[in-house]
Amino acid sequence: MSIKGFKKLAAAGALFFWSVAAWAEYKLNLQTPHTLLGEKIYDLHTIITVICFIIFIGVFGFMFYAVFKHRKSVGHKAAQFHESTTVEIAWTVIPFIILIALAVPATGTLVAMRDTSEPDLTIKATGYQWKWGYDYLKGEGEGISFYSMLSTPRAQIDGTDVAGRNANPHYLLETDNHVVVPVGKKIRILTTAADVIHAWYVPALAVKQDAVPGFIRDTWFKAEKPGIYRGQCAELCGKEHGFMPIVVEVMEPAKYTAWVGAQQKKVAAAKVDPNKTWTPEDLKAHGEKVYAQNCVACHQATGMGVPGAFPALSGSKVVNGPKADQIRLVLNGKQGTAMNAFKHLSDVDLAAVVTYTRNNWNNKTGEAIAPADVKALR
Amino acid sequence: MEAAHAHPHDHGHDDHAHKPSGIMRWVKSTNHKDIGTMYLWFSFTMFLVGGIMALIIRSELFQPGLQIVKPEFFNSMTTYHGLIMVFGAIMPAFVGFANWLIPMQIGAPDMAFPRMNNLSFWLLPPAALLLITAQFMPGGGAGVGWTLYAPLSTQAGPAMDLTIFAVHILGMSSIMGSINIITTILNMRAPGMALMKMPLFCWTWLITAYLLVAVMPVLAGAVTMTLTDRHFGTHFFNAAGGGDPVLYQHIFWFFGHPEVYIIAIPAFGVVSQVIPAFSRKPLFGYASMVYATASIAILSFMVWAHHMYTAGMPVEAQLYFMYATVLIAVPTGVKVFNWVATMWRGSLTFETPMLFALGFLFLFTLGGFTGLVLSITPVDVQLHDTYYVVAHFHYVMVAGALFSAFAGIYFWLPKWTGRMYNETLGKWHFWLSLIFFNVTFFVQHFLGLAGMPRRIPDYALQFAEFNAISSIGAWGFGLSQLLFLYIVIKTITSGEKAADRPWEGADSLEWTHLPTPAPYHSFETPPVVK
Repeated sequence: MSIKGFKKLAAAGALFFWSVAAWAEYKLNLQTPHTLLGEKIYDLHTIITVICFIIFIGVFGFMFYAVFKHRKSVGHKAAQFHESTTVEIAWTVIPFIILIALAVPATGTLVAMRDTSEPDLTIKATGYQWKWGYDYLKGEGEGISFYSMLSTPRAQIDGTDVAGRNANPHYLLETDNHVVVPVGKKIRILTTAADVIHAWYVPALAVKQDAVPGFIRDTWFKAEKPGIYRGQCAELCGKEHGFMPIVVEVMEPAKYTAWVGAQQKKVAAAKVDPNKTWTPEDLKAHGEKVYAQNCVACHQATGMGVPGAFPALSGSKVVNGPKADQIRLVLNGKQGTAMNAFKHLSDVDLAAVVTYTRNNWNNKTGEAIAPADVKALR
Repeated sequence: MEAAHAHPHDHGHDDHAHKPSGIMRWVKSTNHKDIGTMYLWFSFTMFLVGGIMALIIRSELFQPGLQIVKPEFFNSMTTYHGLIMVFGAIMPAFVGFANWLIPMQIGAPDMAFPRMNNLSFWLLPPAALLLITAQFMPGGGAGVGWTLYAPLSTQAGPAMDLTIFAVHILGMSSIMGSINIITTILNMRAPGMALMKMPLFCWTWLITAYLLVAVMPVLAGAVTMTLTDRHFGTHFFNAAGGGDPVLYQHIFWFFGHPEVYIIAIPAFGVVSQVIPAFSRKPLFGYASMVYATASIAILSFMVWAHHMYTAGMPVEAQLYFMYATVLIAVPTGVKVFNWVATMWRGSLTFETPMLFALGFLFLFTLGGFTGLVLSITPVDVQLHDTYYVVAHFHYVMVAGALFSAFAGIYFWLPKWTGRMYNETLGKWHFWLSLIFFNVTFFVQHFLGLAGMPRRIPDYALQFAEFNAISSIGAWGFGLSQLLFLYIVIKTITSGEKAADRPWEGADSLEWTHLPTPAPYHSFETPPVVK
C-alpha cells in the first residue's frame, strides 16, 4: 500500500472511531443491569438479537444476490421451478430447532424471575393517579410508609424554565421520597393500585409489574451494588401518566439501618396527637398541603378544574352544599368518573382538605370540619 | 348483474350502461368496483386524518417539555391515531382490494351480496364521524389508548361512549364484508377454478374473512361490557364488584392478536401476487404458502396473552404463551423463504410495485425479528410498553401492511383506471417512504431499549436526540404521502393509456381475460379455467 493510501485509510479509521465515540452519547442498548437476573435477561436479549441478525443476513444475502444477479436488465432468463418438498421441510424444521434452543435458557430465566419466595424485605407499591405509595410490610423497616411524587418543578415541564430543565440531569426521573432498600438483599415488591392500572418499572433492576386495582401482583429484585436507579410508570394511567417516576435508592446495610431509624423517628414525631383540637387555621394550612399532593393535578391550584374534564371546586354546588355530601364524595369517589375514592387518607388529612376547599377561592362557608366528622362517615 | 338480467341482449354496452350518474351512483352502488373504489378513497382519507394525529404526537415529542399540546389531548391523539389507522385506514384499504379483485380473480360477475356490500361500506363514514367528533365532546377525546383498557376506559368522559359505538359499527361492517367475501369465494368461482388454483390473494382473504367473523364479535363483547360497566351498574372490570380489570385485557387480546393477522394476511396476499409477476416466475411453494397462512391464522388464536406478560399470570401460563408465540415464527419464516425463493433465478425488474413489495419483505421481516425478541417473556418484561414495542408494530403495520397496500395500488392502478402512473414519481415515493420510515421508527428501538415508556407526552433528557430524529422522520414520511396522492390523481386524469396486461409476468384472470380498464361488469359469462 502506498503512503498516500495508508494516510487515507488512517483518516477513515479515525473518522470511524470518532463517530463511534460520538454515538456513545446515544444509548443503543438496554440499560446496564444491576441485578444478576438483569444480566441474564441482558444476555438473553443479546443472544436472540445476534441469532436474528445472522438469519437476517443469510436470508437477505440470498435476496440481494438475486436482486443483483437475477435481474432482467443483465439478461437473466427466468427458471420455472416452483416447488421442492426437501427445501420446504428443511426450512420448517431448522427454524423450529433454533427456536427450541432459544426457549430453553428463556425458560430457566423466567422461572427464576417469578420465584418471589423467601424475601428479606417486602414492600407494597400502590399506584395512584398520579403518584406511588409505599408500605414496608415485612423485614427491616417494617411499618415505614410514605408517598412518592414527581419532584421536577412544573416550570421546567411547561417551558417557563428551559434553562433549569436543561441543567437537570434527572428531569422527570426524580421524586420527593426515594424507595430505600439494602444492597444484596432480596426485595419483594407487591404491586396494587387504587384507581386504574399502573406499572412499576425500573429498567436497571430488570423489573416491570403491572399494578392492578383490587389485586396484588408481585415481583422481586436483588441489587448488586449501591446506587440510585430510576424508572417510570409503564402503563397508561391517564393525564399525568408520564409524570409518576419511581426512584429506588440502594444503600449499604449499615446506612440502610440508619435510614430506617431516621424514618421511624420521623413517623413518631409526625404522629398526630389524636386528642389535638384543630383550629380552623391549622386545618386550612394542613389542607392546602393535602390538596397540593392529591387534588391539584385535576382541580388545579385555582380551584377552577379543567372545563369539560374536571369540575371546578370554586363556586361548586357540592363544596358549598351540606358538608356530609362532600365528605362522602371524597371518601368514596364517584363511580364512572376520574374522581377516585380517597379513603386511604387519614381522617385529619381529609378533614383538613375539605375545610380548605370550603374556605378558599370563592367558597366562603366559614365551616371547619373536624376529623371526627370524617370518621363518622367512613 | 341486474343489468344483465334486464337486458340480456345488450352485452356490448355493459361498460357504460345502467349506472346512475352523479352522487347517487356512489350512494346506491351495488357494483363491486365502485364500492372497492369508495373503500380505497375512504381509507386514504382516514390515513391522512390518522397521519395528522401522528404528526401532532411527534411534534410534541420533538423536544423534552410540554410545548404544543396538553397531556390529556396527547393521550387522545395516541388513542385515536391507533383506532383510525387500524380500523379506518388499513382494514378498509384491504377490503377495497378484496372488492375490486376477488370477483375478477375468480371469474365472478360481482360479489355474492351486492346490497350488503353497499351497506358494509356506508357504515364506515358514520363510524369515522363518531371517532372524529369524540374529540369535541366535553373533556375531549378519551385518552385511554387504542386498546381501551379498563378501568381507565370506565372512568373516561362521554367521548368513550362515541368510541364504543364507533367500534360496534366498524365491527358490523367488517362482519358483513367478511360474509360477503367468504360466500363469493366459496360459491362464485368460475368452472375449473379449484380452491387450490385461486390466486394467493383470494386465499389470504378467505382466511382473513374467517378470522374477522370469529373475532369481531369478541371485540364487540369487550366494549359492550365496558359500556354496561360505565352506565348500567355492572362490574365486569371492577374488583370492588367482583370483577377483574385484567379480564378486559384477555378478551381484548383474544380479538387483538388475530387482528394483527387480519391486517397482515391480506398484505401477504398482495405481495404474493406482485413478487412472482416481477420475477417472471411462478410463486414458489404455492401449497405451502396456503398451509402456512392457515397455520398462522389458527396459531393467532392461541397466543393472545403474550401482550400481557406483565399483567400478572401464573408462570406456567407465561411459559405456554412464550412457546406458542415463538411457534408462529415457523410458518412466517416459511412465507419469507418462499418469497425469496420465488425471486431466486427469476428475471427481475424493479417497477414501483416490486420496490414496495421488496420494501415490505425486508422491513416486515425486521418487524418479525423484533417480534421474536419480544416473544421471549423475560426480555419482553423489560421491553413491554416501551418504544421498542412501538417500533416493532410500526414495522409490521406500516412497512408491512401499508407498503404492501402501496405495492398493490401501483400494481393494479393500470387495470382499474386504464392509465399508467408515472414510474419516476412512483420510485420517488418509494425511496422517500422507505428512508423516512426508517428514520422515524428505527431509532425508536433504541429509545425502548433505554427504557422510554410509550404513551408519554414528555420524557427524560437522555431520550432527546432520538426523539428529535424520529420526529423529523415522521414529518418527512407524512409529507411524502402527499406525493402519492398527486401520483394517483395524475394517473386518473392524465396518465398514459395502459395495455391490457402491462406487467409481463402477471397471470391471474384480471390480466389475462379482461380488457384495461376493467369493464364496469366483468365476467357475465364465466371464463373457463384450465
